[in-house]
Amino acid sequence: MTEVRYVEATRTYPGTDTPAVDSLSLDIADGELLVLVGPSGSGKSTALRMLAGLEPLDAGAVFIGDRDVTDVRPRDRDIAMVFQNYALYPQLSVAENMGFALKQHGVPKEERTARVRETARILDLEPFLDRKPRQLSGGQRQRVAMGRAIVRQPSVYLMDEPLSNLDAKLRVQTRTEVVELQARLGVSTVYVTHDQVEAMTMGHRVAVLRAGVLQQCDAPSTLYHEPVNLFVAGFIGSPAMNLVDVGDARPPRIGESELALDAALPNDAGKLTVGFRPESLRVGDGPLPARIRTVEDLGSEMFVHVAVEHHGDTVPLIAKVSPPFEGTAGDQVGLQIAGTTHLFGEDGSRIASPAATLHSPGAVSRS
Amino acid sequence: MSGDDATPAVGERRWVNAALGGLAWITALIFFFPVLWMVLNSFKSEQDANTSPKLTFDPTLDRYREVTESAGGLLSFGEAFTNSVVIVLVSTLIVLALAIPAAYALAIKPIVKWRDVLFFVISTKFLPVVASILPLWILARDLDLLNTRVVLIILYTAINLPLAVWMLRSFFVEIPRELIEAAEIDGARLRGQLTSVILPLAAPGIAATALLCVIFAWNEFFYAVQLNPVEGSTVPVWVTTNVSTRGEFLAKLSAASVLACIPVVLAGWIAQKRMIRGLAMGAIK
Repeated sequence: MTEVRYVEATRTYPGTDTPAVDSLSLDIADGELLVLVGPSGSGKSTALRMLAGLEPLDAGAVFIGDRDVTDVRPRDRDIAMVFQNYALYPQLSVAENMGFALKQHGVPKEERTARVRETARILDLEPFLDRKPRQLSGGQRQRVAMGRAIVRQPSVYLMDEPLSNLDAKLRVQTRTEVVELQARLGVSTVYVTHDQVEAMTMGHRVAVLRAGVLQQCDAPSTLYHEPVNLFVAGFIGSPAMNLVDVGDARPPRIGESELALDAALPNDAGKLTVGFRPESLRVGDGPLPARIRTVEDLGSEMFVHVAVEHHGDTVPLIAKVSPPFEGTAGDQVGLQIAGTTHLFGEDGSRIASPAATLHSPGAVSRS
Repeated sequence: MSGDDATPAVGERRWVNAALGGLAWITALIFFFPVLWMVLNSFKSEQDANTSPKLTFDPTLDRYREVTESAGGLLSFGEAFTNSVVIVLVSTLIVLALAIPAAYALAIKPIVKWRDVLFFVISTKFLPVVASILPLWILARDLDLLNTRVVLIILYTAINLPLAVWMLRSFFVEIPRELIEAAEIDGARLRGQLTSVILPLAAPGIAATALLCVIFAWNEFFYAVQLNPVEGSTVPVWVTTNVSTRGEFLAKLSAASVLACIPVVLAGWIAQKRMIRGLAMGAIK
């Protein structure tokens, strides 16, 4: 049973003032696949390296199981890591690469060979055991890197963007394989990615980081439906959530249209930002006039990019519609919101998520 | 530069390229000519060598025979050659043994103030060699090291060490960090990291460094002639013993010079491929 715990873990790089990872507290359950996600510079890789022991902590602690490993060397932490560029030893064969850690730990040769063979079988690497890494394709190298981690039977896997060097198709395929493999092995895994689709599809839970600070750690659907703040709302979801700054007018207005909410707002809510997912935006006969900028047809779904006049600016919005959709760039349309909206306060945190509809000017304020 | 915008850049015109190519050939031949002349002279009789330039002559190996014969009391070619080989190899091995850990500490796990250390290391090369000779001579005399191989081994180690540290550092920096980190996580201790990751990957760089150390040590003349002029001296010093105050010696000297050149040319030729890869390691990946 191996849980991983970050307790107020902080890392400030020498020569910088702001911590790369700031008081990170996070629990990873036994057998869980936790994804650390965030834009570049969010500290996700630093957080992983702190767990690996490659980056020292300036404050706080890291636990693997019951053991405080804060000051333990990487080789004594019982972890295995998969690197973005795979970090295969170029002069060693695939079998030697996979057996390297076992050899360093003094595992006898027969056992080493047997374990490498078994792992190679799982990953379909048997025909390549005698090859050098440079003789392999990108996908094969990635599997060798996975194999090198698996063969050790560590208590935690660390993966640092292991799929980002693969082409798009292979990435999607390998994503599934990694998820299956992790479920089969049942070993706690911390997985770093900048790709929110990867995070949402793979993670049991996803931890969103921004500028070294943990924003939210929840199951993917919770992140999607109940983002704690503007950052998470904008980061999770593709295409991103539509966010419109509506100021402190009551009722909130987008353009001239008024937003009817099915929940009362606190009086001291102040300036608000309204967010709604592309699937909650209807294009057709709505009270909010808009112009179609472009239509993206993905076959199974379509994204309609529209522009709305709002408080003197042109605000871009995206609607997700099901085909067929009759409409082309330049068309004038009316928009309606159907479904949940999220209201964010001045500090960016979410205040409420009421259902809402748009009405023509004056309709809501008169009632 | 008078603002004539229509003039094409150098290299766009064919004849410019041809002219530059021709110039390169001429320059190369000018550089090569003295070497060719030396080799030709070494196969001539003294008489032929000292008359006005002559391309047709009866080639002879007599000069080589003469210079390699050991004359009583003088430093023989065999002795000088053995001395050079021992001094060059031992000093190069010591240089590598010291420079590899130093480069590790400067490149892979940088110590505090590594930039200052790096500058200090190279700053030892700033002094003119001649300024150091008197203190060195006195030290060598007091330590009873004059006319020994040991003094030259120490000095050649010291001369080549800064260069080797700088070169090896730049090769070590090129090693992807993740590889060393992967080895660290995989359980490799310092020795394991060195033997299974760092040294194999930096092998071309280490070969290039070693070759330069060998060449510099083999060719060194000033310290050798000052501190070690008699027995225990090296091939460059032996070459000068073929200069005599009386009689003609040009052909003999040429033969001796050719003999002195052969080992480094050979080493350079053998190591050429590796060395170019090593020297270019930063550029192409």
